[in-house]
Amino acid sequence: MKVGIVGVGVTPFRPTTPEFSWKELMYDGAQRAYADAGIDPRTDVGSFITCAEDYYEGFGIFDEFTPDQLGAVLRPMHTVGGDGIQGLANAYMQIQSGLADVVVVESHSKASDILTFEGIVSHGLDPIWNKPLGGHPNYLAGLEMDAFLRGSGNTAKDCAQVASANRRAALLNPSAAYGARVTPEQAAASPALWAPLRSLDASIPADGCVVLVVAGEKAARRMEPTPVWLQGIGWASDSPSPETRDWVSPAYARLAAAMAYRLAKIRSPPTAFDLAEVDDKFSYKELQHLEALGLARKGQAGKMARRGDLDAGGKLPTNVSGGSLGCGDILDASGLHRVAEATLQLRGDAGKNQLDAPKRAIVQSWRGLPAATGAVAVLGVGP
Amino acid sequence: MRKVAVVGAGMTLFRRRLQETGKELSFEAARMALDQAKMEIGDVDAVVHGTAPDAFDGVHMKGEYLLDGSGGRRKPYMRVFTGGGTGVFSAIAGYWHVASGLADVALVVNEEKMSSCQPHPQSVFAHIWDPILDRPLRPNLVWIFAMEMNRYMTVHGIPYEDIARVAVKNKRNAVGHPCAQLADANITLEDVMNSELMAWPVRRLDISPPSDGAAAIVLASEDVVRKRRLKDQAAWINGVGWCIDSTMWTDRDLVFPEYVNRAAKMAYKQAKIDRPRKQIDFAEPYDPFDYKELHHLEGLGLADKGTAGLMTREGITERDGDLPVCPSGGLLGVGNPIAATLGIKIGELYWQLTGQAGKRQIPKEIHTGVTQAWGDLMQYGCVVVMGA
Repeated sequence: MKVGIVGVGVTPFRPTTPEFSWKELMYDGAQRAYADAGIDPRTDVGSFITCAEDYYEGFGIFDEFTPDQLGAVLRPMHTVGGDGIQGLANAYMQIQSGLADVVVVESHSKASDILTFEGIVSHGLDPIWNKPLGGHPNYLAGLEMDAFLRGSGNTAKDCAQVASANRRAALLNPSAAYGARVTPEQAAASPALWAPLRSLDASIPADGCVVLVVAGEKAARRMEPTPVWLQGIGWASDSPSPETRDWVSPAYARLAAAMAYRLAKIRSPPTAFDLAEVDDKFSYKELQHLEALGLARKGQAGKMARRGDLDAGGKLPTNVSGGSLGCGDILDASGLHRVAEATLQLRGDAGKNQLDAPKRAIVQSWRGLPAATGAVAVLGVGP
Repeated sequence: MRKVAVVGAGMTLFRRRLQETGKELSFEAARMALDQAKMEIGDVDAVVHGTAPDAFDGVHMKGEYLLDGSGGRRKPYMRVFTGGGTGVFSAIAGYWHVASGLADVALVVNEEKMSSCQPHPQSVFAHIWDPILDRPLRPNLVWIFAMEMNRYMTVHGIPYEDIARVAVKNKRNAVGHPCAQLADANITLEDVMNSELMAWPVRRLDISPPSDGAAAIVLASEDVVRKRRLKDQAAWINGVGWCIDSTMWTDRDLVFPEYVNRAAKMAYKQAKIDRPRKQIDFAEPYDPFDYKELHHLEGLGLADKGTAGLMTREGITERDGDLPVCPSGGLLGVGNPIAATLGIKIGELYWQLTGQAGKRQIPKEIHTGVTQAWGDLMQYGCVVVMGA
């Protein structure tokens, strides 16, 4: 059975949202998605899913606080301790299993409520082997960037290109929090943080909420004349201990892509897509992920970035939404946001960022430090 | 939709403080379940992990931390979380991994290590409340459950003895369970009724205390069951249901768990059960407190409202009764490492239905069992119906 995306709700991302609680943010995202899909959550939805982590939310059991603001009281609902695309995978499976026809997937970030973000990330490190080493946990990204650049042949200059391109693209995206006219030279000259990573190589947390309405084929066609189909989905994890991961070509991205390509029957990834939205929580991650997904040959992603292949008019427009570097890091909602952006592109609703009639998109997510988990979704329009 | 069977299950000891790390506990349970299913980790297509609050282990993204112990490395690995409901819910998530066709074999691993939380796991529960409306009252779980128990007793006029009998039954049932923390062959009704008062009307022996442990099950599609000749050791999942009620527990009448009832109706519909009391042979409802077993039996439609206590008094819910309830010994008898109760809920249904429950085996012939878990702020119900 086909599964379609029939409703998209994205709140504008902002560095801080003092007038809204996280609950109100969720309500805002949900009512946008329900209006887009033309549904009443109390009668038209079979199941609700939220993607959240207790420590980001500041609660012992965050699952308690999810139903009311989504219209999910006394309905099937659950939390996924994972990225938004993993939540979408659960929706896909529930629909394929016949357990639900219409599923709502929500994820959000109220990062501005987190007083000790760095401390929480450190708290995700192995308490025996890694956490006692101390230091800002982003040193892991610096180490990985170094290993990736050495192992693949990409350069810090390539990463600066990404840091510049995504922030510039975000200027055209009304949802983005951190759009800026930054040149690659400025990015390359920004303060060094965790060598070789510089401050403009890193995304900055933002607040925001993303809600998608997903439906089985029959329901989708009833709700939307030309739904965007979820043609493939995959997710995977590499080892939780940094010492035993693949640092050059992340296994989570390779394996998730293989799963999604199998479902979507994609044999030649480099030519299969009209646009890509891949994780760029750090600039080098975009290049690393493009190579792991088989969208660029090893060591070539940086060249693609510098040649303009990844720009809006290029061979494989990548992160024309502005990505996490330009829109802000909305934690586990990042993947869901990029699915929303790709859906809007395929529908032709992407506004100033709109590409020329794209037919198929790939979206990839990474959960952020210190995790080695990611997911891939393949979206397309057509019969 | 594809049929899905449980073909193996395993669980570790449940103890107040175990020496093993959470990863090691997860590994042990997963290894046992795979051994029983005659499989290796390479045979597993996807891993589902269930574990309750991150704050117990004190690790952010606890699911990520535990994933190598659970066999999730370089696999599709999914953590689901519904508070205390996770004990059964992760099996529901495992079910849709296989039923959807995305996996032929799924391994579900649940872990809880509450003893890492100092000075007492109850301190995590200080952070589960609405920060504006509830938290300033400094509530804790024992006293809100005391309110629910009181409401249930008062509305139906249920004597405390009928509730305390559940604790006696379950702690006795747990005798012979190799993992049990709280089994007691000689416990009496007086022992429970005279135990220390925690928050009236809840006494110490009405509650299952914190624990460490892990449990795992292996789920397989019909094809795998046939090809690997596992039919004799397969118990089928016939129906699943889950439901969440409002966060605002203060706005609800606590006398009846509507969320459990709705989850049960969803599962029964799928399992084609319209007269649960007639068609279900035994039950493993969630029993972290003794009154909860009664409350949940009513939510599951296995007892009329206000009558589950009477059923207990009449012995109907004993292991050799007409409707055996918590033949495993339940959380009250075996222990309550929150998500790891998978082993005494889904695990017990599996072992009972395949005749592997040993000393705990229900003497009568059984075909269909139901299990349920309960979570969040007295608001989450999830239900699984399984058949031989």
